[in-house]
Amino acid sequence: MSDIQASSPKNQLLDSSDITDSKLEDLMGRMMSRQVDRGELYFQSFRNESWALEEGMVKDAGFSVSRGVGARAISGEKSGFAYADDIRPEVLEQTTSAARSIARQGSGTVAHVETARDVPMFYGTSDPITSVSQDDKVALLSRIDRFGRGLDPRVKEVSVRIAATHESVYIYSSDGISNGDVRPLVRFSVSVIAEQNGRREQGMSGGGGRHDLKWLFEGENAEDFAREAVRQALVNLDAIDAPAGPMQVVLGPGWPGVLLHEAVGHGLEGDFNRKGTSAFSNRIGQQVASPLCTIIDDATIPNRRGSLSMDDEGTPGQKTVLIENGVLKGYMHDKLNSSLMGTTSTGNGRRESYAHQPMPRMTNTFMLAGESDPEEIIKSVDFGVYAVAFGGGQVDITSGQFVFSATEAYLIENGKKTSPIRGATLIGNGPEIMTRVSMVGNDLELDRGVGVCGKEGQGVPVGVGQPTLKVDEITVGGTST
Amino acid sequence: MTTTNSAEVQSNLDFQEPHTRQDEESLKAFVERILAEAKRQGATAAEVAAGDDIGLSVVVRSGDLETVEFSRDRGFGITVYLGNKKGSSSTTDISDDSIRESVEAAVNIARYTEPDPYSGLADPDRLATDFPDLDLYHPRAMDVDEAKENALIVESSAQSVDSRIFKCDSSRIGAASSCTAYGNSLGFIHAERESRYNMYADVIAKDSDGMQRDYWYSTSRNASDLESPSSVGETAANRALRKLDPRPIPTGEYPVLFDRGIASGLIGHLISGLGGRAQYLKSSYLLDSMNKKVATDALTLREHPHLKGALGSRSYDSEGVATTEKPFVERGVVRNYVLSSYSGRHLNMPTTGNASGVCNLTVEANLQPVDDILNQMGTGLLVQSLMGQGVNIVTGDYSRGAAGYWIVDGKFAHAVDELTIAGKLDDMFMRLIAFGDDVDLRHGIRTGSLLVESMTVAAN
Repeated sequence: MSDIQASSPKNQLLDSSDITDSKLEDLMGRMMSRQVDRGELYFQSFRNESWALEEGMVKDAGFSVSRGVGARAISGEKSGFAYADDIRPEVLEQTTSAARSIARQGSGTVAHVETARDVPMFYGTSDPITSVSQDDKVALLSRIDRFGRGLDPRVKEVSVRIAATHESVYIYSSDGISNGDVRPLVRFSVSVIAEQNGRREQGMSGGGGRHDLKWLFEGENAEDFAREAVRQALVNLDAIDAPAGPMQVVLGPGWPGVLLHEAVGHGLEGDFNRKGTSAFSNRIGQQVASPLCTIIDDATIPNRRGSLSMDDEGTPGQKTVLIENGVLKGYMHDKLNSSLMGTTSTGNGRRESYAHQPMPRMTNTFMLAGESDPEEIIKSVDFGVYAVAFGGGQVDITSGQFVFSATEAYLIENGKKTSPIRGATLIGNGPEIMTRVSMVGNDLELDRGVGVCGKEGQGVPVGVGQPTLKVDEITVGGTST
Repeated sequence: MTTTNSAEVQSNLDFQEPHTRQDEESLKAFVERILAEAKRQGATAAEVAAGDDIGLSVVVRSGDLETVEFSRDRGFGITVYLGNKKGSSSTTDISDDSIRESVEAAVNIARYTEPDPYSGLADPDRLATDFPDLDLYHPRAMDVDEAKENALIVESSAQSVDSRIFKCDSSRIGAASSCTAYGNSLGFIHAERESRYNMYADVIAKDSDGMQRDYWYSTSRNASDLESPSSVGETAANRALRKLDPRPIPTGEYPVLFDRGIASGLIGHLISGLGGRAQYLKSSYLLDSMNKKVATDALTLREHPHLKGALGSRSYDSEGVATTEKPFVERGVVRNYVLSSYSGRHLNMPTTGNASGVCNLTVEANLQPVDDILNQMGTGLLVQSLMGQGVNIVTGDYSRGAAGYWIVDGKFAHAVDELTIAGKLDDMFMRLIAFGDDVDLRHGIRTGSLLVESMTVAAN
């Protein structure tokens, strides 16, 4: 195993492949010779280890390594892109030559490439895979399995999973970037099946972030995830059919912030707005949400799953106000879209790997706290739904329609939380729903660190969050009419 | 980490040239080297899958190239066994050092996993011995200019359909050639080459009411089997146009017709419930359903893994087990679960050769023209697109976002959107009452439109 701590990402990625600074300069010069606006080389190595327990046994575990380079040549709105799973000088030449084939015109300037700048770091660099011993990982899985089963005799199955990744990237581009980043990421998840009178229900919980695995061994952190999964499964054993139709909905704090990710987040990504295909296109400065809503995207929160010291184009991670008191303030940008729109990158240029092209993506997206007491918010509803856990969501940014699917929800009757209801999908139109946010709680929470956002086939880790909030009308997709 | 190159596999990086017969032999030799290394490091059994994919993707937008992407993906995955203990690793690095390190990583993991009585390679007598030519490889030079010309025709065809076409947001032509090999320590080793071509259009229609997006694509093993570029562009444009001007309908119980493009997903939920892992983990709404009725008598689901030239054809699964033609559901009754060697042993049944899923699963029923089905439906919802993940295989609860058309007296009345459709999967499969003859061959599950007698439709 290579020792990443001991050297910079650049050295770690390039030294073993005989790629020197002068070789990089030479490659960039040649890539730019066809009058490309911007040339970029992205070197990445990615190591992942995961352990899984099911049926009381640590049955399966895997380790994976990927390593490669992506070359991109940009000319106006055009991108040429090629990648290789092999970092060698002759392969780099072929890759850069393929990438530049797109460009027949462009400015062709190469900025002086600076030596690596210091950017603030929002997470450590140590390898989470080796942060605890294999014996400890296996023992933890078994302990959480026994703990989960011990919580209630109705628990029939427990599945537990630990995953850790360690990623190094180094970016060299013609606009003066020579910068690396080392990114740890861990994730722990517990899933249980509970059974009662022949009915089976599932409960799930999980969390993680950009830190090491020792966090799982602190206090009862791991046990808390098992408690949460078991609690959710047991609640769902008593769930009744969900109502169908438009009604008031109260969303709990934390992970239900997936609402914001779908209802407004994607629609505020720079590519859709540059192309004029978002329901939020050309609406900067307009009231697009209730005045109670202030929504930000923040890559700078220490150790969060969506945080980035620098994005995948070398731009430092930032905090960007998207909507302030309901008014649209700005979009999330990468370099390509921001330069075509006459602005600058907000540090949201992200890619799944060296084999994918960057595009504007969210980091940690959440709504700031309001002033209402969460209890008062529920009390204000005569009949509606209180949803506290979600599986995930999806949006059509052009029509603005989005869905998200509840995995734990309750009826609200006469201001009181009553029966749990079966999982139901909620559907609405982003720009409309945000104007119907009528109460915002004082209890902002961020999610516990499980989100994966997919866009055009690329998955990246993200965070979401929100306080308890009330939407005056959204369609609930139950079966009970 | 130093990199020693393995000459047989690491041919020069050429994004254009499809795979040759020699590439199959090289990849098999590569797999055998990894198996030998596993044996050297003390594995009692091992299996290796290796692949080499080459692709070109060209995207056109606003009359010009937007992106040209060349891809080359190589790598391998190994699973080693120490008795009944198992460990896996995978990598994109195909150097000799990487082979040694990957095997070490897998063996290291296998020391820590627990003995599992069901684990291990496939039973030797189930391994494929017959490798018919399934007609999956139709190589063709990958040419950027030709792809660009076709993508431009897709775009211009979409844009000329109607003045309400705001833009063709992207048109894409893709070509991919892949060579894969699988081998295990029982002596099984085989390699295959496959090709795949795609043509895709993503179109936005706009009127005073707002914008609507839809897409269409064609995909095939042989480039000459693709739909014409103008047909792909026009179909996408017409689908987006039909979504314009959606109007409200009342929340209620209605018949729901799943359009051919999404019907395979519905059948997929039933197949998920019959999956071996869902069965042994008791996490399926179809738990212990062997030989029980789970769908209407009118429905039979049979897989045909050896269809010539089909997208889902294969002669062996990811464990080397021979695939066979067989029913999963026959006249509504479960005849097979979807099993690997592992889940089969766990359930005390032989593997069904489905370690990598079902192959060309085909709906066999009384297939009717869609117009006849619309008439039969009378008034109801035709769903063209679905959103979200609201399907719970443990309970069978189904609730998803939907958009499509409101049908009155068998005729298209107007577009509808911002709906949910909800029901219970067991009930929905019992109430499948009509099967379209508009079979969509683009998916691993082959079905036409499907009519469910009644579901709850929630509308704004």
